[in-house]
Amino acid sequence: MSSAALDLLLFAVLPYVAMVVFFLATVGRYWNRPFSYSSYSSQFLENRFHFWAVVPFHYGILTVFAGHLVAFLVPRSILAWNAQPVRLYILEASALAAGLLALVGLVGIIIRRSSEPKVRVVTSRMDWTVYALLLLQVTTGVLVAIFHPWGASWFAAVASPYLWSLLTFSPDLAFIAGMPWLVKLHMGGAFALFAVFPFSRLVHILVVPNPYLWRRPQVVRWYRPRPARHGV
Amino acid sequence: MEVRSQIAMVFHLDKCIGCHTCSIACKNIWTDRKGTEYMWWNNVETKPGTGFPTQWENQDKYNGGWVRTEGGDLRLKSTDKARVVTNIFHHPHQPSLDDYYEPWTYDYQHLFNAPEGQDQPTAIPISLVTGEYLDIKAGPNWDDDLSGSTVYAENDPNLAGLSDEQKGQLSAIERLVFFYFPRICNHCLNPACVAACPSGALYKRGEDGIVLLDQTRCRGWRSCIAACPYKKVYYNWSTGKSEKCILCFPRLETGQAPACFHSCVGRIRYLGVLLYDASRLEEAARSDTEDLVEAQRSLILDPNDPAVVEAALASGVHESVIASAQKSPVYKFVKIWKLALPPHIEYRTMPMLFYVPPMAPVMAQRSGGRGGTVDGVSGDLFHDIEDARVPMKFLANLFGAGNEGPVRYALRKQKAVRWYRRMLTVGDVDAATAERMLREADCTPEEADAIYQLTSLCTFDDRFVIPPMHREEAIAMLEDPMEHKQGAGFGFISRPKRGE
Repeated sequence: MSSAALDLLLFAVLPYVAMVVFFLATVGRYWNRPFSYSSYSSQFLENRFHFWAVVPFHYGILTVFAGHLVAFLVPRSILAWNAQPVRLYILEASALAAGLLALVGLVGIIIRRSSEPKVRVVTSRMDWTVYALLLLQVTTGVLVAIFHPWGASWFAAVASPYLWSLLTFSPDLAFIAGMPWLVKLHMGGAFALFAVFPFSRLVHILVVPNPYLWRRPQVVRWYRPRPARHGV
Repeated sequence: MEVRSQIAMVFHLDKCIGCHTCSIACKNIWTDRKGTEYMWWNNVETKPGTGFPTQWENQDKYNGGWVRTEGGDLRLKSTDKARVVTNIFHHPHQPSLDDYYEPWTYDYQHLFNAPEGQDQPTAIPISLVTGEYLDIKAGPNWDDDLSGSTVYAENDPNLAGLSDEQKGQLSAIERLVFFYFPRICNHCLNPACVAACPSGALYKRGEDGIVLLDQTRCRGWRSCIAACPYKKVYYNWSTGKSEKCILCFPRLETGQAPACFHSCVGRIRYLGVLLYDASRLEEAARSDTEDLVEAQRSLILDPNDPAVVEAALASGVHESVIASAQKSPVYKFVKIWKLALPPHIEYRTMPMLFYVPPMAPVMAQRSGGRGGTVDGVSGDLFHDIEDARVPMKFLANLFGAGNEGPVRYALRKQKAVRWYRRMLTVGDVDAATAERMLREADCTPEEADAIYQLTSLCTFDDRFVIPPMHREEAIAMLEDPMEHKQGAGFGFISRPKRGE
């Protein structure tokens, strides 16, 4: 397969397939099997290693993900921010630090999952698929940050326009053609993660507990219609 | 006044023989599935002892329940709106399987398959989690009857504040004492588990106060397990959801007593409706620690008071539920006779399961009276209760938030009733003494008869006054009855299993 054809497959076809699968399967699962939406925490089975693996991973990956999201949504502001080298250095350094934090946590998670007998019992094949994809994703991300620096700027200049072209249904592969293979691997991996998302434990991201922050402490459910003046 | 009805319970500890029939009845119905093997929605503990999970009463370790701040506000000890975010990846106060025990079965096949040899083959224990051979370290009721043990009884958190002499008398050789403490979910008025749930999956049923956990909304954030000071919410490690005692609501809705109540051999369990004033709940839960028992009692309303009945009807309580409340054995034990006390009300969850504190063992610490029993009598009539081998302070730590007053009151009244009955049946007590004891214990002959009746001669229908649940009036019934035709039932469209 020629390089152009591969680009077409990975960056013009895969993204749409991934997004269609992502939306349809996520909603379908929520609709048909709400019981299956859970964090599937294994902290109960192993309590110590859990902290040192899960906590760094989540803080790292959330920071990195937030960075990607901002660069995708407001690329011009990012470029403006990066106009001064000092600010660019700060952004790059913190992105790399967060990436390394996620990598350390992820490696910890994988070691814990494979070495603790009780935790291995509750680790499914799909869990391993997700860990493999995440390991690929985080490793390539960290390598990109090291070998193709100043991503904080070139993401906004090259990747964001490409992603926006996807969003407007006119994929512009010109942005992709010149990218290093490491970056291409990272982007392809991202689409693969989106495709796998609805079939994996990753759905717990969608059910983070936002109502808790403003709901009243006690919850009461009534099974009979109530006299009007009595609320919850 | 906002009147609500609550299905409440009384366990009479003097009648508990520690047979664990309740635990088995519950286990066979609800928790014999994968992931629930270690759960005991109903368990029976030996006191003094460390309980299940180990040392659950030690809130320095588990951080369960509510605490009152300097300003008088209530807050959860384990979580709040800010910490729910930081605790979500790793809950710092979550107990692990080691705090309960690793469930196991035995490799029975080995008895048949073992190669011929010099030794008798044995059924080796295998873990129900991993399926591998297991060196058993702990199990259900591991400290059963082990009063006097340096590993278990001596580490009972309720021994706090007892003198060395009092601790010694609990475990003295050939004189050690213990009693049983059966526990289920307390279906609290101010449940910490509900307040802690980030997903809003836990809720209290408005009509009967049963605390339930919506399995389809639970996301496995585990806050409820840490927040419940009684450790009566359990984590199903297989499905990734929490589970808890449901007070057998499918049985209650069809007029049957919960399985643990129904099967109770000692007939220690009572169930009935209490009407309470929900508008004063928060104020009561904020009371000073030593006033909590009385504050909770003050929430409970007299179902025979016309003003209460009127307010209850206005609040939407069904008249048949009010009629049921008027016959409630729980109301008598808790409010009229003041014999039944809440467990560890200092956690401020306002538990709705009450315990009649045990007089047993009747042996007293010092000899004297009639052969050194708390049934003895002397000039001040009740001194033997102070000399009971189970120190008053120990019972007060369990049932009075450290305050001996309510416990002493309940024990004195029980003793007075015994002496009154002895006067009537055996006749070796003179009427004047018996009546003086009743008077000093704040009791009357009529009340003593009623207590005796409901304690010793109670029938099934006396013990369990189950209100009609009126499911026919439920909102669900207003919907199209054909809606769920051909469904899998209970909200599941496909068979529930660990998802991917």
